[in-house]
Order: sequence, then C-alpha cells, then structure tokens
Amino acid sequence: MGSIKRISKELTELTESPPEGITVELADESNVYEWKVIMEGPEGSPYYNGKFLVKLSLPTEYPFKPPTVSFATKIYHPNVTNDEKGSMCLGMLRADEWKPSSKIAAVLQFARQLLSEPMPDDAVEGRIAEQYKTDRGRYEEVAREWTRKHAS
Amino acid sequence: MDSDDDFMSDVSSQDDFLGTQGSEDESLGEDFDDLDAGFSDDKDLIKHKKKPYEVEFKVLDPPDIEREQLGQVNEVCAVLGLPPESVAILLRFGRWNKEKLIESYMEHPEETLEEAGLGSNFEGTAKTERVPGFMCDICCEDGEDLETYAMRCGHRYCVDCYRHYLGQKIKEEGEAARIQCPGDGCNRIVDYKSLDLLVTKELQGRYRELLTRTYVDDKENLRWCPAPNCQYAIDCGVKNRDLRRIVPTVRCFCKHEFCFGCSLNDHQPAPCKLVKMWLQKCEDDSETANWISANTKECTKCNSTIEKNGGCNHMTCRKCKYEFCWMCMGLWSEHGTSWYNCNRYEEKSGADARSAQAKSRSSLERYLHYYNRYANHEQSAKLDKDLYLKTEKKMTSLQSQSGLSWIEVQFLDTASQALQQCRQTLKWTYAFAFYLARNNLTEIFEDNQKDLEMAVESLSEMFEKPVAELAELKVDILDKTAYCNKRRVILLSDTAENLKNGEWSFNVEW
Repeated sequence: MGSIKRISKELTELTESPPEGITVELADESNVYEWKVIMEGPEGSPYYNGKFLVKLSLPTEYPFKPPTVSFATKIYHPNVTNDEKGSMCLGMLRADEWKPSSKIAAVLQFARQLLSEPMPDDAVEGRIAEQYKTDRGRYEEVAREWTRKHAS
Repeated sequence: MDSDDDFMSDVSSQDDFLGTQGSEDESLGEDFDDLDAGFSDDKDLIKHKKKPYEVEFKVLDPPDIEREQLGQVNEVCAVLGLPPESVAILLRFGRWNKEKLIESYMEHPEETLEEAGLGSNFEGTAKTERVPGFMCDICCEDGEDLETYAMRCGHRYCVDCYRHYLGQKIKEEGEAARIQCPGDGCNRIVDYKSLDLLVTKELQGRYRELLTRTYVDDKENLRWCPAPNCQYAIDCGVKNRDLRRIVPTVRCFCKHEFCFGCSLNDHQPAPCKLVKMWLQKCEDDSETANWISANTKECTKCNSTIEKNGGCNHMTCRKCKYEFCWMCMGLWSEHGTSWYNCNRYEEKSGADARSAQAKSRSSLERYLHYYNRYANHEQSAKLDKDLYLKTEKKMTSLQSQSGLSWIEVQFLDTASQALQQCRQTLKWTYAFAFYLARNNLTEIFEDNQKDLEMAVESLSEMFEKPVAELAELKVDILDKTAYCNKRRVILLSDTAENLKNGEWSFNVEW
C-alpha cells in the first residue's frame, strides 16, 4: 500500500501551505508516523495566545485507519482528557466514521475549531462540560488561567 | 391487516390442521405418499393434529434465506423499475418492509433514495477503468496502468485501495449493509455488484453471510436458532404482542427446542414475560434481603438489624441500648412482671412491626415453595441425564445379557428423552404457578401438575434400577413413558388454551 507516499504528500502540503494557526513537523525525521503539531489558540477563545503541542499518531494502516490526536500541553477543555494522555475524542476519528480519503489537514482544523466551540454533549470531561454549560464565565477564567500557566 | 388475528384464531382450527398435514406430506415426498395413501392419512389424522400449545413454524437454512431476499428484491424491482443492486439497498434501508418502502418511494422518490444512501443516477454498469492522468486520493499513486473504480457517485479510487477498504469493513468491522463509498463525506452505500467486482470469492461469501444476518435480525418473523454453531433460522408468525397469549416453542433441525419469543430454552407453559420476571427474581439479591427481614428484626428505635441468638425475649439493642420484647416488639418496661412469657399480643406498639414481619415471612415461604420445586426439577433433569449416559454405556451389555437387539433397547433412549422434556415442563409449571392467583382453574392446573409429577417420578425411579433388571421392566417403562407424555400434553394443552383465551388471573402485572 502506498501509505508512505500518501503521508509524505500530506506532510508536504501541510508544511508548504499550513492552515491558519497550525504548524506541523515530524517528531523524528526517520519516522513519518509520529507528528508534532503546534496549535495556536484561536482568537476569541480563552486559549488565545497559547501555543499547544499536539501529538498526531498515524497507524501503520493509515489512511484506512484513523489517526489519533492528543494534547501534550495541558488544556482545560471539555473534549480533552484532563490527564497526562490529553486524549481527544473526535467523531470523525472513530473507526466506523473515518473514510480513507479524509485528510489530516481536516482533522487538525476540526480540532482547532473545537477550541473555539467545545462540544459539551460529546465531552470526555463531564465536569468541565457541566461548567461550560452552566457557568461560562468561570470556565473561561480557568481555561485562560491554564493557557497562561501551561501553554505560553 | 388481519394476519395476526388469523394466526391466533387459526391455532386449533381445521384449516390449520390441514395445513400442517400438507407440510408433513411434502417432507415425506410424493412417492412415499402414493405408496400407502389411504392408511397413512388416517394415522396422520390422529398423530399430527396440532396441539393447542404448538405453533406453526418453518426451519430455514442460509440458502433459503438468500432466496427469500432475492425474491423480494425481484418483486420490488418489478414495481419500481430500478436495478436490483439498488433495490437491495433500498429494502435493507426500509428494513424489508416492502409496502412502506414502495409507498415512501412513490411519494418522495428523491428523498427516499438519498436517505437510503443511493443517488438518483442509475446509469452505467459496474466496471473498472484506466483513466489517463488519474491519481488515487487514498494512496496518492498515479500511473497509466492503474485500474480504478467509482460507484455511481463518481468518487474514483484505485482498485487496490477500494479492495483494501472493503476487506477491512467486511472482515474487521463485520459491516455489510451499511458500507459507504470511501469518499470523505459521501454516504452512498456500496452495492453488491460493485462488491462482487472488487473483492475475492471468500469475502463475497462473508459479505452475503453478514447480509443474511442483518436480514434475519430485521425481520420480525425470523429468528436464528440460538444453539451453538447452528446455522438455521426459524420462520414463525408469532408477533411480540402475541406473547401474552401464546408460548411459541419451536424445534430446529438441530433438535434444539427454544422459544421463538425470547430465544431461551423451551419454557412452556410459562409465558416469556413471566419467565423473565422469574429468572430475574431468582437471580436477584432481593431474596437475600427477604431472608434477612424474615429471620431478623429491626430495633424499633435505631433500626439496627438484630438476629436473636439466645432464648430470652428481653432484647437490649447493642447499639442504642433500647430494651424491647422480641415477641411483640413492644417496649420492655411495659411488660411489668410477665418476663419470658409475652402475653401482650394485642398491644398497638408491637402490632405494626409484627404484621410487616409476618407478611415478608409468608411471601418468602411461598417463593421458596415454588423455587425449591423449580430447582429440583432442573437438578433432577441433570441427574436423569447423567444416569442415562451411564446406562447407555451399559446398554451394550444389556444387549448381550438379555439377548435384546439394539433396536429393542432404544426404549431407554425414548424414556430418557421423555423424562428430560417432562421435567423441563414441570420446572416451568412452578415458575408459572408462582405468579398465578388462586381460583378454580389453578386447582385443575395443580392437579395436572401433580399427575405429571407423579408419573415422572415413578419413571425416574424405574430408571435407577440395576441394568440387569431393565430388560424385564421394558413394558412398564414403555407404558410409563407414554403415560408421562400424555400427561404432559394434557397439562400443556389446558394451560395454553386458558392462556389463549385470557382465562388465567395472575398476582402480578405483566
């Protein structure tokens, strides 16, 4: 399977014309399956001015199996687990939703979009989701505080 | 639609009986039929008359089920004038409800097609192509000689990628009816013509197996036989809502007898819902709680649970030091000098506590009465079977000792099967009886239950005789076996008739 070819092509496209607020590089030049992504907090979100290190791992069956995305930088967000894994649950990354023609660029843009608009109904952190829904001010305050502390 | 009512009223009617006979004749084959027509007809008349507790059903093997699907696809093709591979997708989308699907298609053709994962383009045949200047969006390969494929949605990928994608869906994810085009955001469903063109014979077989599985799951009149590794499905007209009035036991070609309503092992005469309640109750810890409330009392002051472990009725709660009388639950100080002999039965202070206690105790006793008998038959059935398996080994020796032929010792096998079946029935009569409210019908039921039980126990006893004596008991065992079966039929018929006519009254809502 031409998985290396496909990955190289996506990597080239993403380095040459990166989407807004996203830069990518290989974590290790000899391994195309592990990517290091720097994601800037979108303007208007409590993550603004923060730079988040996001790890993107491609399975060997990529693109037939979806990549996984996790936050290496601590982030206060309903859709990111509040532990050392920083796992993220994206609908489009579920095995049965993923299509082999879906692109990494779209995944990353979707992840960044989630920083602006969390999806509390699909939360992995129920407590943060609850707060997001009932006490938006406090949620933003904490998210901003964490961004300042961990992501700058 | 009156088909269900037909079914219910047909259960014991003449029509049905003729129908049953017809199918029997079919299975015997025409030639055999002609051979001794007049005689066998009379015999069948007695033998095959459908009992009130029996239901009509048919056993299907996977090719039968595939033929059935194909038949329906062709039927709808003729009406809608669409290609069969698309109609198959439409029917799966509509869960094989032909009438509803055709209606929906007639009213909103485009929406229906879109929702089902079909476009409105039906042009073109499935074939792979080489396209100049093409690059596969999945693997990024290009090249003049790259074979490619696109469904009618036009999303084109190289054949290798398409194949890999389909293989993964079928083999790893077990998906068949809802495999979408590999295109990002495209919800077109992969049709069987595309699939057959792209994947290996082996995968095509697996794909059909999966489709057949969803077909059976989708149809209310079909159910897989739950026996391990059994490949047959049962076709039976009993609907979910009929289960209050009928217990549809069916028998697969693999000999497994199960309930078409709930897939559990045959549980006649108890209806599915009561069986579920009963099993839940037996499993439930609440019965432990029930024991506690029957064998212990609560301190009326601090509610600590107390078990009386000595003879004296003067109880002092270890926790709150409250002093009371175990018999009447009243305050000890009110007892005056009548210690060790409580005569204060009428006192209000103890009456409430006592009535709750008594109620719980009698309900527990009632439950245990039925449960013990239920569990006993289950256990005995196992023991009977073990005994039979041992006996079977000795049957060879019986043959040589008594000069009986193999055919002649088969009576033990028949007897063993009858025992198993009767115990199965008896077991469930106790679960059923637990939920019955008492009236005249219950008494008849209990008489039937008693008769069957006595017959079963005496047959079971004969079974335990030394192998050497079994040959002499042959006639007795044969008679008893026939009697057991007869009693079972009487009990089941009576119960089923009353269930069908809604004659039973129960002590629970269900």
